[in-house]
Amino acid sequence: MNLTLFIWRQKRPDEKGRLERHEAKDISPEMSFLEMLDAVNEELVKNGNETIVFDHDCREGICGSCSQVINGVPHGHREKTTVCQLHMRHFKDGDIIYIEPLRAKAFPVIKDLIVDRGALDRIIQSGGYISVHTGGVPDANAILIPKEDADTAMDAAECIGCGACVAACPNGSAMLFTASKITHLAMLPQGRIESARRVCMMTESMMNEGFGSCGNHYECQAACPKGIKVQFIAKLNREFLKAVFKTYTPF
Amino acid sequence: MQFFKNTGGRKIVMAVTGILMVLFIFAHLTGNISVFAEPGSINAYAAKLHSLSLFVWAYRFIIFSALSLHVFFGIQITLENYAAKPEAYEVRRNLRSTFASRTMIWTGLAIAAYLIFHLLHFTFHAVFPVKHIDSSGRPDVFRMLVLSFQSFFISSVYIAAIAAVALHLAHGIQSSFQTLGINNERTFPVITKSGMLAAIIIFLGYIAIPVFVLAGVLRFL
Amino acid sequence: MGDSPRRGHSIAAQGGLNAAKNYANDGDSILRLFHDTIKGGDFRAREANVYRLAMLSNNIMDQCVAQGVPFARDYAGYLENRSFGGAQVSRTFYARGLTGQQLLLGACGALSLQIKAGTVTLHPRKEMLDLVVIDGEAKGITVRDMVTGEINGFAADAVCLCTGGYSNIFYLSTNAMSSNVTAAYRAFKKGAFFANPCLTQIHPTCIPVSGGRQSKLTLMSESLRNDGRIWAPKNKGDRRAPVEIPESERDYFLERMYPAYGNLAPRDIASRAVKAICDNGFGAGGGTGVYLDFADTIKRAGRDKIRERYGNLFEMYEKITGENAYKQPMRIYPAPHYAMGGLWVDYNLQSSIPGLFVLGEANFSDHGANRLGASALMQGLADGYFIIPHTIAGYLAETAPGKVNAEHSEFKKSGDDAESYIKKLLSVNGRKTASEFHRELGRILWDNVGMVRSGEGLKKALQLIPPLRAEFRQNVKITGSGNELNQELERAGRIADFLEFGELMARDALHRRESCGAHFRIEYQTQDGGARRDDENFCYTAAWEFKGADREPELHKEPLKFENAELAVRSYK
Repeated sequence: MNLTLFIWRQKRPDEKGRLERHEAKDISPEMSFLEMLDAVNEELVKNGNETIVFDHDCREGICGSCSQVINGVPHGHREKTTVCQLHMRHFKDGDIIYIEPLRAKAFPVIKDLIVDRGALDRIIQSGGYISVHTGGVPDANAILIPKEDADTAMDAAECIGCGACVAACPNGSAMLFTASKITHLAMLPQGRIESARRVCMMTESMMNEGFGSCGNHYECQAACPKGIKVQFIAKLNREFLKAVFKTYTPF
Repeated sequence: MQFFKNTGGRKIVMAVTGILMVLFIFAHLTGNISVFAEPGSINAYAAKLHSLSLFVWAYRFIIFSALSLHVFFGIQITLENYAAKPEAYEVRRNLRSTFASRTMIWTGLAIAAYLIFHLLHFTFHAVFPVKHIDSSGRPDVFRMLVLSFQSFFISSVYIAAIAAVALHLAHGIQSSFQTLGINNERTFPVITKSGMLAAIIIFLGYIAIPVFVLAGVLRFL
Repeated sequence: MGDSPRRGHSIAAQGGLNAAKNYANDGDSILRLFHDTIKGGDFRAREANVYRLAMLSNNIMDQCVAQGVPFARDYAGYLENRSFGGAQVSRTFYARGLTGQQLLLGACGALSLQIKAGTVTLHPRKEMLDLVVIDGEAKGITVRDMVTGEINGFAADAVCLCTGGYSNIFYLSTNAMSSNVTAAYRAFKKGAFFANPCLTQIHPTCIPVSGGRQSKLTLMSESLRNDGRIWAPKNKGDRRAPVEIPESERDYFLERMYPAYGNLAPRDIASRAVKAICDNGFGAGGGTGVYLDFADTIKRAGRDKIRERYGNLFEMYEKITGENAYKQPMRIYPAPHYAMGGLWVDYNLQSSIPGLFVLGEANFSDHGANRLGASALMQGLADGYFIIPHTIAGYLAETAPGKVNAEHSEFKKSGDDAESYIKKLLSVNGRKTASEFHRELGRILWDNVGMVRSGEGLKKALQLIPPLRAEFRQNVKITGSGNELNQELERAGRIADFLEFGELMARDALHRRESCGAHFRIEYQTQDGGARRDDENFCYTAAWEFKGADREPELHKEPLKFENAELAVRSYK
């Protein structure tokens, strides 16, 4: 099949970008979306042009490197699918595809479709872990965890940190990302101990990084390639409420 | 750390004040409905309220504070949110957000504007004044309503404002529950639907008066 | 590295983490894990290292739980286990099919704690181009900033490389796109020995190649073999849909050939069996691939149980192939997956250059000639959490801290070399893309240095690679410049190293005139097609020393002594 692509090109962070038209020719349905872009890039190199740069790595939907908004939806229109796992069989000959980078103030464009998502890492660094040092820990089975809690923790921990939630959010909020970390750790007895501190530090960090506030639009869940649920945001809010009186002064 | 600077803290304020005002809207609605009883009953209701002046003032103070906080933080958060998303997509498809959720700030501002009009109109009688005393010497609220809503202009402003309120609440009610963390997979659909239902009830309840007046069912005898 | 440490390719490990906890009370012990790993590696690993690994496995498990890794639990709240290839006990701990992700996130949490404490500084989007050796000791690295193109030196008291494996040399592999040999290879060029480069593992259960433009292959976790049965049609070229093939016409060949371990035969053995079936024309639908069938387990335990254990893998399979594996069997075929070979290290994980330590898949240490499932995570975490903190101290105690800084002339020289190398690459301006060279190299290696090797094929590879490399130097086309984000340049630099390293792989494979583990030479097999080791002549680790460009590397042999495990024929029957 042949496709027309409109791809965001931007040379530098401080430069203005624009959509550039490219043709993808002879694309077969079993190719992945990224393989389609590989083909376009090889053609560009052969003709002496600079390639379209995009983040990608594992190409099996787990590393969270993909950072493209396809036809207005992060990771494209298929539910619970990263760009690397989006296959061309879901497109048809003659389709026009718009490819833009994830957009938010906290995700400045580095080049073309690559954005800087360091802000997400800094949210984790502010407290998204259990402060245990190596060694001197009890036996693995010394901490018993109800299966349901472990399962919920795992549901939340599946987040791949790609930033689709931020890109989809009309407010550029990283609430779903933050909530997944908070929920994962707050569901486990090991993680509960720090949960009040954690939720305060992480939400503060989220704001300071320039992410917006949650408007409960739930676009994030719809865009999330792992189907992380907005109920975890409610969980974050509960944790926050519990922490408020311990930690906060009004002004 | 400062509660009123945190994203979560301000959202809690939004949710709590929002819920307070929803309660107020329902209380107001029960008052309104007395218009459909015998003609004098809404006048009696108004007179009774005025006689409890301490209560009314406390009530007004709470609602006014809630409203001020809600408006202040609403505008502040929205401006921050706009700043967090400086560049729009060339192509954009919404998946789950609703018209109501995306227009919260606009419906909110519309409601605020209307509130000013509404107070000037029915409370302070500064615009479109219709002041009458009924046969028992009470302010004749019934007459005021009917005469006002017979104006197509006033009725349409009123109905449009109520539509804005309903839209605001269609998203706002379930949103405040989510913000307060009273939400899990079981309660989520129930809360969302109840929020919508409440919005619809409020819409129908409030537009009933102007619609009935315009339709000639509620008349000044 | 990429934009964040939490995207490292360990994240893609699916199945689990081995620990000799014996929670299942099935007779597991540290000694047993040690034996399984030594035997799994076909007696080509260093005994002491493996024993230490087996001991540490328990500490790793404790540490990971304390970090909040959400391992699978039973209804009483205790940890769950499953079985993995090459073991008859249930010692694999798992977090759905996402164990690698969860362990990596746990480790990144520990790292984040240190970043916040100010003891670690991250440098995302930087690529190591050279190791700086001063007075025979590793004292820093030269890196390229992948965003600005700037080349900088970083001075240090010691250097740790944790740069992963090189299976991507085959072009199609299950490794992430940016997995490469560059850091390890450039350390090799600075004098670090490279051990057993020919030992690369081909994983039996991957999704078969479809179409000519595929960029990578996807693994389907070995854990699936717990509940899935592998079969092929009994009739040659049977093109019927798998569900239409009656039970009597199916050949459950792993169960037939290896009754003791059945579908849980180790990876190298299972891979070769699958290849043999397909080469003889018994592949699924007459092509390359065999069936991995869950119908029996679904019937027995129900679809929900399968979904709970492997849901994400079934989803992934459906996304890639468009087929529903709950309704029809998966099609699988082997693919390059892991490199047992790596930079040579001593018991302290120090390479042949003092001050250079190598951890994880980048070193060669623990897996011998074949790695067992759920051992990679175990080794990586053991190296990082429990070994290096102790062993690096020994080196640091003997060296003066802050001996050199990045102003040293060696750093300048290294930086200039890197810069001029990049300029040279960019100035070729030929007609073929770097990926085209990569595909050609991959084809040569897959055909000749892949699952089954022969002296003849290896010699052919050694003849084919140098001309391809020469052509690359004259005919590669890279667009863009060096002082910006340029993925084409990054790719070309890595492929240039693969083109040199491929030769080393083939040379090592040719010199090892025996079959062991994943290294299978058709000249050296037992009567029934098993691997025939030659303990007399090849019971050693082959450590190669770089002797200059286009000169033959020198072979050093580290003899392997087995004092606790008995050298035996490796049988899974």
